[in-house]
Amino acid sequence: MQGNPPDWAQYSLPDPRGHFGPYGGVFVAETLRAALDELTLAYAESREDPEFQRELAWDLEHFVGRPSPIYHARRLSEQAGGAQIYLKREDLNHTGAHKVNNTVGQALLARRMGKARVIAETGAGQHGVATATVAARYGMECVVYMGSEDMQRQAQNVYRMKLLGASVVPVESGSRTLKDALNEAMRDWVTHVENTFYIIGTVAGPHPYPMMVRDFNSVVGTECVAQMPAMSGRQPDAVLACVGGGSNAMGIFYAYIPQEKVKLIGVEAAGLGLDTGKHAASLSAGVPGVLHGNRTYLLQDANGQILETHSISAGLDYPGVGPEHAWLKDSGRAKYVSVTDDEALAAFHSLCRLEGIIPALESSHAIAYALKLAPTMRKDQILLVNLSGRGDKDMHTVGKASGIAF
Amino acid sequence: MSRIDATFARLRTERRAALIPFVTAGDPSPQQTVPVMHALVKGGADVIELGVPFSDPMADGPVIQRSSERALKHGVGLRDVLASVAEFRRANGETPVVLMGYANPIERMGLAAFVAQARDAGVDGVLIVDYPPEESADWLAALDGSGIDPIFLLSPTSSEARIELVSRVARGYIYYVSLKGVTGAANIDTREVEAMVKRIRARSAVPVGVGFGIRDGKTARNVARVADAVVIGSRIVQEMSDAPNDAVARAEAVLREFRAAMDAAEAIA
Repeated sequence: MQGNPPDWAQYSLPDPRGHFGPYGGVFVAETLRAALDELTLAYAESREDPEFQRELAWDLEHFVGRPSPIYHARRLSEQAGGAQIYLKREDLNHTGAHKVNNTVGQALLARRMGKARVIAETGAGQHGVATATVAARYGMECVVYMGSEDMQRQAQNVYRMKLLGASVVPVESGSRTLKDALNEAMRDWVTHVENTFYIIGTVAGPHPYPMMVRDFNSVVGTECVAQMPAMSGRQPDAVLACVGGGSNAMGIFYAYIPQEKVKLIGVEAAGLGLDTGKHAASLSAGVPGVLHGNRTYLLQDANGQILETHSISAGLDYPGVGPEHAWLKDSGRAKYVSVTDDEALAAFHSLCRLEGIIPALESSHAIAYALKLAPTMRKDQILLVNLSGRGDKDMHTVGKASGIAF
Repeated sequence: MSRIDATFARLRTERRAALIPFVTAGDPSPQQTVPVMHALVKGGADVIELGVPFSDPMADGPVIQRSSERALKHGVGLRDVLASVAEFRRANGETPVVLMGYANPIERMGLAAFVAQARDAGVDGVLIVDYPPEESADWLAALDGSGIDPIFLLSPTSSEARIELVSRVARGYIYYVSLKGVTGAANIDTREVEAMVKRIRARSAVPVGVGFGIRDGKTARNVARVADAVVIGSRIVQEMSDAPNDAVARAEAVLREFRAAMDAAEAIA
């Protein structure tokens, strides 16, 4: 890292050109540049527009169901035998995950910009469903790009999107997964840029997306900062969240960045193990490079080709990571660790049985690390975990891992 | 004078537009890359754009995506691409070669290491699709003094400010992407192209090439009347993939078709 350590109390990244230290930026072909400039301007205006903010707040309350509660997982904490584990219940949002915080925001922005058509990429289908949901809500045409491989694995979510009126386009290029869906959505956007708004689902992509998606999800952390003192008398000792692209993690981290006493811990997917090569831990095992419009840590081979990833959780199965996480890692403000498929599954089952909450497999990664960390801490210390989504969508995967077919 | 500048200077005296074919290195097969390059020159190429395969070619349409995938299946990486250029140079010292690709393979090699090896191989220009001028400070510094030209893109949506920005850093030629979309998309409007080329020429002294969506001789002829160079990509790549065993002959035949159409235009003009 260059220069002095940042003054975290005054944290204000990205800079006007979208950089978080050496990361982020606008690494796109010239054909997309005007669209990104238009979006950057419109987004800046919307932040200053009280009418837009009022509308967003109203929809977050009445359509999404915010604020989401914080829940003290006493039995889980007792089993861990150390720090108290609190859960931010993003699983209780409409559509069952944090993703909708962002799609509501971007859809309202699309409407403000007069774009009648929205497009999205999706891996597991959660962001696709959240986008199809808001497109139905605001009466917009919706096209979702999804790798043909993923469409087979997530047939139920494909059907959900269709029920909501979206068309789902199978992507046959590359590895036929999330990264290829993102490429295809970008190609659509560049071709239909006048009438189309591209709703990116994570804190990656070219500026202003990493900032904008973070801002729309930052309601999560902002609520926590207000809720924690009432729940437990103080702020947590550490905040934990799973990291794929990193939107739920940035959502809960952002409000805590200036509070240096609060540790930030991102949990990546170690899949079958970091040493097997079958994982999705870009920050733990990747190298900085350029993909999807920004500079960040990437899983890549010695020739700079992007690698295919593996995680039991489709939502973490991405070879890059948001550039702000890359910066938080290098600067030391956040720490990034990883847990394996098996550890995440064990945490999934623990939360089901001890607390009556079926978590998403993504969120189970953060729970798993909390269960490792808690026993090393005192009983009066506090871990706050972002329970970013519910696990109903994962029945098929968990059943298969337990030898049960539906 | 660089090979690219010399080529455009010669074409200007001949009152001809440059014909610039694009092919992906390693497609249809690594063994065919250098023979295809020579065939393109025989068919009438003035400059060759050689694509560096990448796993995530975001700005390319299906034809070039698949071409990149085939090359990657053959295990072709940036080092192999540079080796092909070096081999081509042993038999051809005149025709400029421009590498076209994405940032990540080049960053992985390291900018300085790449520039040194590219210069040794005989590369004349490099177009990194996802390096706009704003993100190119390190790249331009690495190229400085190498004799390799940084080629930049402009598009129908580029503002005057961006034309100015690109003009300040572009060398060799400016690549004008003639339509909104990805490579290989259909239908370009020659009048729009003409208007934009005029705007670019008002700010820049380097030649303007036009590409994306030029699939037949007639379109190439029309574009050649208003621009300094015509770039043909997807059409050639498609023809070669239709007959992979015959790729070398196909490449030459397609180039001849375009060359004849374009030269007919100059005869009229």
